[in-house]
Amino acid sequence: MTLQEVTEQLHARFTDAVSAPVEFRGELTVTVHREKIVEVCSFLKTECTFAMLVDLSGVDNYGDDPRYEVVYELCSLTNRSHLRLKVRVPEDDLIVDSVTGVWRTADWHEREAFDMFGIRFRNHPNLKRILMWEGYPYHPLRKDFPLAGLPAELPATAVDAGQVATAPMLGGPFVTAPGARTAANREPRQTDTAGERQDKKGAS
Amino acid sequence: MSERIEIGIDQKVEGRDVIITRVDAAIDWMRKNSIWPMPMGLACCGIELMAAGASRFDIARFGAEVMRFSPRQSDLMIVAGTCVYKMAGVVKRVWDQMAEPKWCMAMGACASTGGMYRSYAVVQGVDQFMPVDVYISGCPPRPEAVLEGLMAIQRQIQQEPALKNMKREQRAASYAQPRGPIIIRGDYAPKVTAQ
Repeated sequence: MTLQEVTEQLHARFTDAVSAPVEFRGELTVTVHREKIVEVCSFLKTECTFAMLVDLSGVDNYGDDPRYEVVYELCSLTNRSHLRLKVRVPEDDLIVDSVTGVWRTADWHEREAFDMFGIRFRNHPNLKRILMWEGYPYHPLRKDFPLAGLPAELPATAVDAGQVATAPMLGGPFVTAPGARTAANREPRQTDTAGERQDKKGAS
Repeated sequence: MSERIEIGIDQKVEGRDVIITRVDAAIDWMRKNSIWPMPMGLACCGIELMAAGASRFDIARFGAEVMRFSPRQSDLMIVAGTCVYKMAGVVKRVWDQMAEPKWCMAMGACASTGGMYRSYAVVQGVDQFMPVDVYISGCPPRPEAVLEGLMAIQRQIQQEPALKNMKREQRAASYAQPRGPIIIRGDYAPKVTAQ
């Protein structure tokens, strides 16, 4: 079964719930309606030999509407083919059906998407943070979250290890000005002072 | 009994096998030559730390080959690698479980300052939550730099008023004070000599 046939079957079965396939550099992407994602996935797995979920990730298209996306990378070992599914999720209703019932490997991937973007997955068996600790108040891969971080409390298990502080952005590869003429201007070495950090050290 | 015993220093009595020294000097000498490290290997520096322990670099030459995975038995915590906030509590707990006297070495850029990780997840230097005696630069530092750091700690231990510290009531507090950083630069690339 070629990818062409797969997308035709998808369209025959789900008609307006799936978009026309978009090809980019030899890879096909199909956008799926949020309500239909589990049905589409189980159809692809059982009927179209996509037995393997390679990756599942969140995307924050900050400024767009709907803001978030969940991307599913499928692989068919039988047909040696790759298919990408996308589900768009609006910010005010940040929930998608979990595909853990279709591929068990989706479990941790969905937890990561939840941890980093705050996208919730309905019917997930154990939806809690996987990288950050329980009780961390932010979702750090959102575009409106600063790279340096925001002050927060450490988990209760951390014995007297202080607080989460904002990292000093001391130039280098972290603060860049693309388009500047010289390398020194493109990557300024020292853009803020380390004074705040010194205060913190004295307190320990 | 005074705090220190001030009789002749390091002299050998002629004709007999007696060495007279200060108690401090003797204790410090014993301590510095039997530093048992707690290898807190958190990232790639841990690999370099293993190299320092293996035969080519052989940390056993300095009496520090006994890597203890129990904090109760170790004297020197070597924080080797990137410490994230989630791990900070664990590192701190292990440090608190180590018995006095104890020392700490921040190995590499990440443990010293957060290194290249200026991010929401990484502690910007383990000295944010625990005292550090020696900082070793490098990403990762070469094993020679680790050995130099160990020797810096040995020199520091040799200076300590061990007996006084033992007697001091709140000796835990005295050890918690930062004792001024020693920074080891990582320019210890081996010299290649022509045969």
